[in-house]
Amino acid sequence: MIEVRNAGFEVKGRKLLDNVSFSVKPGEFWAIVGANGAGKSTLIKLLSAEQGATSGSVHFHDRDLRKYKLKELATKRAVLSQQNNITLSFTTQEIVLMGRYPFYDADPTQRDLAIVDMCLKKVGIGHLKGRIYPTLSGGEQQRVQLARALAQVWEIENGLLLLDEPTTGMDLLHQYETFQLAKELTRKNFAVIAVIHDLNQALQYSDRVLMLKGGCMHAIGLPENVLTEQAIQEAFGLPVQIIQPETTPYPVIVPQVAPVPYHLP
Amino acid sequence: MLTETVNERDTTKAESFQKHILPSSMGKMVWILGSILLACVIFAACTGALSISLSELWQIVAFKLGWVTEMQVEEQKSIVFWIIRLPRVCLAVLIGAALGIAGASLQGLFRNPIADATLIGVTSGASLFAVFVIMLNVKYFGMLNELAGAYGISFVSFLGAAGTTYLVYQLSKITSEGGVATLLLCGIAINAFVGAVTGLMTYLADDAQLRNITFWNLGSLGGASWNSVMAVGPFVGISLIFMPYLSKALNLLVLGESQAASLGVNMKSLKRQVIILATLGVGASVAVAGSIGFVGLIVPHIIRTLFGPNHRTLIIGSAFAGAIVLTIADTFSRTIVAPSELPIGILTGMLGTPFFIYILWEQKRKRL
Repeated sequence: MIEVRNAGFEVKGRKLLDNVSFSVKPGEFWAIVGANGAGKSTLIKLLSAEQGATSGSVHFHDRDLRKYKLKELATKRAVLSQQNNITLSFTTQEIVLMGRYPFYDADPTQRDLAIVDMCLKKVGIGHLKGRIYPTLSGGEQQRVQLARALAQVWEIENGLLLLDEPTTGMDLLHQYETFQLAKELTRKNFAVIAVIHDLNQALQYSDRVLMLKGGCMHAIGLPENVLTEQAIQEAFGLPVQIIQPETTPYPVIVPQVAPVPYHLP
Repeated sequence: MLTETVNERDTTKAESFQKHILPSSMGKMVWILGSILLACVIFAACTGALSISLSELWQIVAFKLGWVTEMQVEEQKSIVFWIIRLPRVCLAVLIGAALGIAGASLQGLFRNPIADATLIGVTSGASLFAVFVIMLNVKYFGMLNELAGAYGISFVSFLGAAGTTYLVYQLSKITSEGGVATLLLCGIAINAFVGAVTGLMTYLADDAQLRNITFWNLGSLGGASWNSVMAVGPFVGISLIFMPYLSKALNLLVLGESQAASLGVNMKSLKRQVIILATLGVGASVAVAGSIGFVGLIVPHIIRTLFGPNHRTLIIGSAFAGAIVLTIADTFSRTIVAPSELPIGILTGMLGTPFFIYILWEQKRKRL
C-alpha cells in the first residue's frame, strides 16, 4: 500500500532521516517507536506528503507520492498530527465534519452527517456532539480529532491512517479503546501507521514495529523481535526487563530503574 | 469499542430513517442582517441636510422607474437623492462590505483574530502607494489616469495593499506560525514608516495637498459619485463573489496548516487567493475613501459571537455587517456636525474601540 524506498530527509545539512525503507500492506498496524528526536514525526510527515523526501522516494498505491495532488490524497488517507490547537468556538460536530470536506462541495449530504455521527460514537463521544471544542478537556479534544480523521477515511477501501501520538492526553481506558479501534480498522483492510510512545501498547497491538534511532532504522519487524531488552536499551538508553506474566497473553516491558533513595544527600 | 459496541450494519439502517441536521444560522443570519441593511440604507438615504420623507423617497424611486407618471416632490430633492445621496450610500455599502470581508478572511488566513487590515498595516500600505502616486508623480499619474481612468488609482492602491499583506504574511511565517507579536510588530513598523512618509509629505505639501493627506489618513466618503462607485464596484464585487468559495478551506485552516494540507488544502494557492481577494476590496476602497479603521477588525468579531465561527456564515455575515456599520457611521459623519463633515475614520475609531473592548470583555468572561 505504502512503500518507503531509501527515504531520507535533510534540513540545512542536518540529516533528520536517513535511508529508511519499509513496506506497509493493507490490514497491517505499524508502530513507529524511538526516543525523542529520533525522526518519528519527520517520518510521518514524509508519509503524509507534508514534506517531500530529499533522497529516495515514498510510493503510495504504487505511485510516487510527489505525483499526487493534495486533493486526491485527502480522499485516500487521513492524518492525525500532534498539535491541534483551536481557539475558535467550533462545535464538535463541525470539527468532525471537516473530515468530510474533501468529499462534498457546498453542503454536506445526509450520508456525510451520518458518518460524522457514527465516528463520534466510535470514539465514544456521541454525547459531546453539540459541545464547543475549546471547552473540552485535552483528552476529549484528542478524541474529537481522532473522530475527524476517522470520518475522512470512513468510506474508503484500503484507506491509510497516519497517527502521530494519537493517545496524547487521553485517559487509560480511551488510550486502549483508540488502539482497539485502530486494530478493528486493520481488519477492514485499512493500514494504520502510528507513532507510539508506550512500548507496551506497541507490543500488544501492533503487527509490525519500526524502531528509529538518530534518524536511522534501528530495528524492524515483528513486535516481539524488535522490542527486545537489548534493542530498547540501545535506542532509548534505558535498561528494561521483559516479563511474561502468567495472566496476560503478551509480555510486559518493565524499566529497570534503581529506586530513588529516601534521603537525598 | 469496549464501552459502546455499536453494530455497524444496524446503525446504518437505523440512521437512514433518521434525518441528520447540521445546525446552521445561515438562513436566519441573511434574513436578519439583510433587513437591517435595507433599513439602514433607507434611513441613510432619507437623512441629511435636506431630509427626505419615506413617502417622498417612494415617489422619487417610483417616478424614476416609471411606475408613476408624475410626482409631487420638488425637483431639488430628487436631484439630491440621485446625484448625491444614493451614490454615497452605495459607496458606503460597497466599502463596508469589502472591509468586512477582508477582515474576516485575513483573520482566517492568519489564524489570528487580531489580523485587521488597519492594524497589520495593509491599509497604510495601500494609502502609501496611493499618496505616492498622487503627490510625487503627478505627471506620471496623469498618464496612468488616461490609460485606466478611475480604475488607475484603485489598482495602484490594490498593489500597495497586496504587497504589504504578502510582506507581513512572510515575516510572520519566519518567526513561528503567524505569531501575534510578529504581526503587530510588522503592523507597527509599516504604520510608522507610512507615518514618517506622511510627515515628510506634510512638510512639503501645499494647502490643497495637505487636505488630501488628512483625507487619506482619516478616511471620508465625501468624494462619493457614481464614478467612484463604478471604480470600486468591480473590485468589491469580485471579492464578494469569490471569497465565499474559500470558506471551506479557511475552516480547515483552523486545524493548523499541516492538517489542512492533509485534508487537501493547497496552502500556497489559498494564501494567494485570500490575499488577492481581500486586498482587491481594501485597495479599491482606500483609493476612493482613504483608510477607514476598525471596521474590518470589529465586524468579524461581532458576527462570530452572534452566529458562530464557521467561515461560510462569517464571510457573508461580515460583508452584510460591514455594510451596515459603514452606512450608519457615514450617516452620522455627515449629519453630526452639519453642514461640515467629520472624517469617518474618527467615528469608526471612536465608536469601535469601546465596543471592541466590550466584546473582548464578554468573550473572556464567558470562557471562565
